[in-house]
Amino acid sequence: MKKALSFAICFFISMVIYSCQNEGDIEFGRYYTDGAIVYQSHCQNCHGDKGEGLGDLIPPLTDSAYLRSKKNALACGVKNGISGKITISGKLYDDQMPANNISPIEIAQALTYIGNSFGNKLGLINGDEVNSELEHCGSESH
Amino acid sequence: MRKLIGLAVIILVFSACKTNSSKKTLPFYGQRQAVTKTVNGQTVTDTVYQTIPAFTFINQYGDSTGSKKLDGDIYVADFFFTSCPSICPIMQRNMLNIYNAFKDSANFKIISFTIDPKHDTPAILKKYADKLGVTGNTWWFLNGDKDDVYQLATKSYLVAVTQDSTAAGGYVHQGYFVLIDKQKRIRGAYDGTDMKQVNQLIADIKVLRQE
Repeated sequence: MKKALSFAICFFISMVIYSCQNEGDIEFGRYYTDGAIVYQSHCQNCHGDKGEGLGDLIPPLTDSAYLRSKKNALACGVKNGISGKITISGKLYDDQMPANNISPIEIAQALTYIGNSFGNKLGLINGDEVNSELEHCGSESH
Repeated sequence: MRKLIGLAVIILVFSACKTNSSKKTLPFYGQRQAVTKTVNGQTVTDTVYQTIPAFTFINQYGDSTGSKKLDGDIYVADFFFTSCPSICPIMQRNMLNIYNAFKDSANFKIISFTIDPKHDTPAILKKYADKLGVTGNTWWFLNGDKDDVYQLATKSYLVAVTQDSTAAGGYVHQGYFVLIDKQKRIRGAYDGTDMKQVNQLIADIKVLRQE
């Protein structure tokens, strides 16, 4: 009886963990697939379907270390554009990225897609994070 | 008699196959005129196709150049501007494929006309070419008088170009890659944003080089 009870408890706990994880996975999957569509229509023309960029004009999106270090500034960069010198994968870029007229949730979806494609593994970047970052645009420099 | 017919059928089939595979030619675009003239006392009717008129612009090296320097060349033309946020990057990415395929070929050129000549000075065009990794004289970025460029685009290359302050970047333009033959006739127009059509263009350039 004791054995059965402890088994039941173990089973219950593992179910809870499993279902939680699963819900996270589902949320991630939703952001990621929607993000692929946002990426195609707003980012891909310049950054390429493999995030490869274009020569010395447009930086690639494959520098995971850079993306990770700027994780909190990415949302503002997407929304307002980026100008000035930046160094990505050891190369200097000095052209302008235009602003994007898209909603915070679309920014979160695009960033989740970019952050987990092209060899990047940033995990989920959700709408709440993006909203709170957008409130502080300008205080983070690129 | 039966044998003879069979033979004739076989020959017909073979010759049909042969003409199909070896004689792929590209169409002619634009307006055409039938011109009747007298040669050696006989009346001959010939078709005259639309050609690209003469132009002289400045390239990214600051050199004055133009249609005269393109005599006897096959070339691909497109219209763009360096600060273009919309379709230009993907066009130039695809054009780079064409550049890399033919940059060592003789009598081949790529001509990119800027539709924002006020901003895109030769110095800016040179910087842009450098950043794309374009060197040498296979790919020219040309700066010319705005009215002349727009006239050329719409009337000669049949590519729509207009200034529009409501559009992203301030200009509306079609992303066509226009293929011009050695006699300056239009032989093809391809959507420069579509990789499939650009691959077709690369195949068609090879066909045209055989003419």
